[in-house]
Amino acid sequence: MTEFLNDWGITLMVFLPLAGAVIMMFVPSSDEESHKAIALFSTLLTAAVGILLIGEFDFDNASALQFDVNTSWISVVNANYHVAIDGISLPLIALTLLVTPLVVIYSWNHIPEPGNAKMFLMLTLVLHTGMLGTFVAQDLVLFFVFFEVVLLPMYFMIGVWGGEQRLYAAIKFFLFTLFGSALMLVSFLALYWNTGSSTFDIVGLSQEVAARDIALSTQVLIFGGMFLGFGIKVPMFPFHTWLPDAHTQAPTQGSVILAAILLKLGTYGFIRIAIPILPDAAVEWAPWIGLLAVIGIIYGALACLAQTDMKRLIAFSSVAHMGYVMLGIATLTPFGINAAIFGMVAHGLITGMLFFVAGSVKERYHTLEIKRLGGLLVQAPRMGWILGFCTMASLGLPGLAGFWGEFPAILAAYNPAEGVSQTLFRVYMVIAAIGTVFAAGYLLWLLQRTAFGNPTEEFADDPHIHDVVATEWIAWTPLLVLILLFGFVPSIIFGVTDPAVVNGLQALAQAAP
Amino acid sequence: MLTLFAQIDQPAFVRPDIDWHAVAPELLLLGLGALLTMLDLIFLDRIRRFIPTLTGLAFLVPLIPILTLWSQSDDLPRVMFDGAYVVDRYSLALKVLFLLSGYVVVLLSSDYMAEGDYYDSEYYQLISASILGMVVMSSARDLVSIFIALELISIPAYLMAAWRKRDLKSNEAGLKFMLMGVFASGIMLYGMSLLYGFAGDTRLSAVAEALDRGESAPLITLAIVFTAIGFGFKVSAVPFHSWAPDTYEGAPTPLTAFLAVASKSAGFVALIAIVLVGFSTQADVVEPLMWVLAALSMTVGNLIAIRQTNIVRMLAYSGIAQAGYMLAPLAVYGETFEGTTNPANAIVNYLLVYAAMNLGAFAVVILVARKTRSGEISSYGGLMNYSPGLGAAMTLFLFSLAGVPPVGGWWAKFQIFNVLTQNASWAGISLAIIVAVNSVIAAFYYLNVAKQMWFMPAPDLDHTPIRLPAPLATALAITLVATIVFGILPGIVGDLSDFTSLAAR
Repeated sequence: MTEFLNDWGITLMVFLPLAGAVIMMFVPSSDEESHKAIALFSTLLTAAVGILLIGEFDFDNASALQFDVNTSWISVVNANYHVAIDGISLPLIALTLLVTPLVVIYSWNHIPEPGNAKMFLMLTLVLHTGMLGTFVAQDLVLFFVFFEVVLLPMYFMIGVWGGEQRLYAAIKFFLFTLFGSALMLVSFLALYWNTGSSTFDIVGLSQEVAARDIALSTQVLIFGGMFLGFGIKVPMFPFHTWLPDAHTQAPTQGSVILAAILLKLGTYGFIRIAIPILPDAAVEWAPWIGLLAVIGIIYGALACLAQTDMKRLIAFSSVAHMGYVMLGIATLTPFGINAAIFGMVAHGLITGMLFFVAGSVKERYHTLEIKRLGGLLVQAPRMGWILGFCTMASLGLPGLAGFWGEFPAILAAYNPAEGVSQTLFRVYMVIAAIGTVFAAGYLLWLLQRTAFGNPTEEFADDPHIHDVVATEWIAWTPLLVLILLFGFVPSIIFGVTDPAVVNGLQALAQAAP
Repeated sequence: MLTLFAQIDQPAFVRPDIDWHAVAPELLLLGLGALLTMLDLIFLDRIRRFIPTLTGLAFLVPLIPILTLWSQSDDLPRVMFDGAYVVDRYSLALKVLFLLSGYVVVLLSSDYMAEGDYYDSEYYQLISASILGMVVMSSARDLVSIFIALELISIPAYLMAAWRKRDLKSNEAGLKFMLMGVFASGIMLYGMSLLYGFAGDTRLSAVAEALDRGESAPLITLAIVFTAIGFGFKVSAVPFHSWAPDTYEGAPTPLTAFLAVASKSAGFVALIAIVLVGFSTQADVVEPLMWVLAALSMTVGNLIAIRQTNIVRMLAYSGIAQAGYMLAPLAVYGETFEGTTNPANAIVNYLLVYAAMNLGAFAVVILVARKTRSGEISSYGGLMNYSPGLGAAMTLFLFSLAGVPPVGGWWAKFQIFNVLTQNASWAGISLAIIVAVNSVIAAFYYLNVAKQMWFMPAPDLDHTPIRLPAPLATALAITLVATIVFGILPGIVGDLSDFTSLAAR
């Protein structure tokens, strides 16, 4: 069994959803129940393989690449099919494995207009393969392919099942991301040729860069290409403009996947690829990344305060939260990057959950306009409490998961890595801390206006408004439990990520004089 | 008088050695083409029905000697006529490309031609002549044989472009194509004659040597520029592209597919041979020229494509942009390259992938036009609802054209980037960034078609599924499988065109 998992576990996990999609292709679209069953079964099977892998994962040795498979793929350009899991990718893979089945369960009676469960679930499964593949890829070409595979299903998901402005949102999402990833590919290749490397392997490349004397200016330029690719995906200010549109227009499931996982592809790229391979350039870029991060925090928070739409508010809060993640990454310290990974998972759980609630509110009230809502606690008390719980988690209340993403990131900025200006980052720290106050402001305001008080006249006697239903409970409970659990026992994640992060930053430690 | 002639020292005619095995594909194609013409003349209407199938077979039969030649790869390259005609792995791969493209075009044409009341079997005879020209082109390493092959490709195409003879647009297509084509040939021939003047020899390798020691630099530049401009017309590079959209729109759609894929590829094959072999020592003149042609073609092609409402015109402009991507490696060909990443390999990889995805897209265009009788992009509304299979196939072709993994196009672009960035030269990196930006512009109009298919309702709410005639279904299957396989296991293409020795010859 162990041997099988070592050789095939990851491959099986990544391509099982795709196999499910292929099977669904041959089932007529009128048979919606079978489609839901196949989709659920393949995501659960994927999760089962994932759980087996996590069970076999050697936690004492989390810095090492495990279940490592490395075979030739495109030999003419030395690109390999190299997949493995280490402590950095494990939490994110677990998050992906958790969220996608929940999304499928939620879809059981929430297939958005205009229907067509077959196509919707097939796209979800393709998305699943793309996301898992990105997190396990250890080869830049393979990473690029998986990174791009995600685009196609998301584009259609927003465009077909989205809100009124869906066409605009879908194309904007696609073109922004494509622009970044095209330049990212150019910089991958520039890196490959500049190192004279004979491999696209991430670890191999970082060793090559360390061994050779590549001009700092070249490194900085190459890092710039990657920065665009990953930064647009995160998204960082000023590339964030696609996000509010995409989030607001996407169907609930799309928003959840976008918030919970897709945004993490960008931050993961920084941690996995850009910083370990080009540590010197990272030091040069760190002040700028930090600056954009804190601008994102403040800008996102202020934008939230101006929103009239609940979903759009949550979307802008993502900009702010990803700002904390990026601030943690910009410190280039193990502490900061650990916080960033925790922040990624926490944001995935919490914001994913918030979008679920928003979707259910929309389903009941047919609007998300904050001033038309109110009294959720009266009409649907359980849902109101869940919304309250999530906003508390999102604003970083200690004891819930959000706190451990935000607070350590701010703390890490007090003492950034060697070579990065300390004064500057302490200024950033203060600004980021002010951001938390804003966060409390807009989230509590949201809660107050939607959940407290009495229902507006318009909806006071609306019979469609009911409390949380079974599929929603099934889809939401795991997220709620985990938010609480990670809040109380953050070491579950920190324990896994820390060795791998320290290992990834070794190059930086060696490079610093 | 006769004695006077006898006194002139004439070299005795020596029959050159002909390697019959090496030229077997060409001879088979020629023979089968001639046989089909004869059969058509003798049996007239009785055989007319079978002509498309037989032509298709005639394109597949020459694959047999190609396979046997390939299997004896120790004997390769086989050189004939003092190096004017070379059969190596590179040319064999291209011959396969041309024959298979020809086969797919025949599959695309058969229903179109049968239903349209056109001259039927003559069309197929002209196609086989054109394909023969391409097969010859793959091996030609000599100015004269390149020129003859090029004319053999073009002249039947002029006729076929005007095939819908009762349609003014088709007449315009044929006429424009011919006038521009002849004009281009004239310019090219002038450049070639200058080259011959320098070298005293038509073989490309001899031209290269002569240019290396040539004294009169301005005239050499003139010869190179004229030749290159001639090819600029043939591959429809900006600013020599103006004929392409009108011709593509007016010509019968299967023929448009043929022009956009096979004919353009042949132009590139000739360009590769002339630039990489003939001008191998003149990089300082050719590279800037190619840089400008590439950058202009992709940018102008993409920007105009955005505004098109007719899908064939859009594909025409997209083809101009794609020609720009393919020209890009020639802008850095003078640098040193290691391994299999070199300009020739990158372009041929691109040609293979491009043939698969573009022929596939045209197959869908033909199928949809059979139902909607329209070439407008807006007529693609609702395709995903009434023909999901066809819609999904078109989506994959469009994403491949846009260069999004996991379908073939990404690999083609990847190889272009790979060549451009290899030596970290300013010309290469700047062009790579232009290609990257252009991919985003291009994605916009490819996605516009996808948007119609997926998001928009059918224009007349007519939801009858599209019928798939067997030949078109086969064409679709071949191109779809090729597009997907090129994307997931691109190594196959890489191995096929592993021909690094081309430039050295």
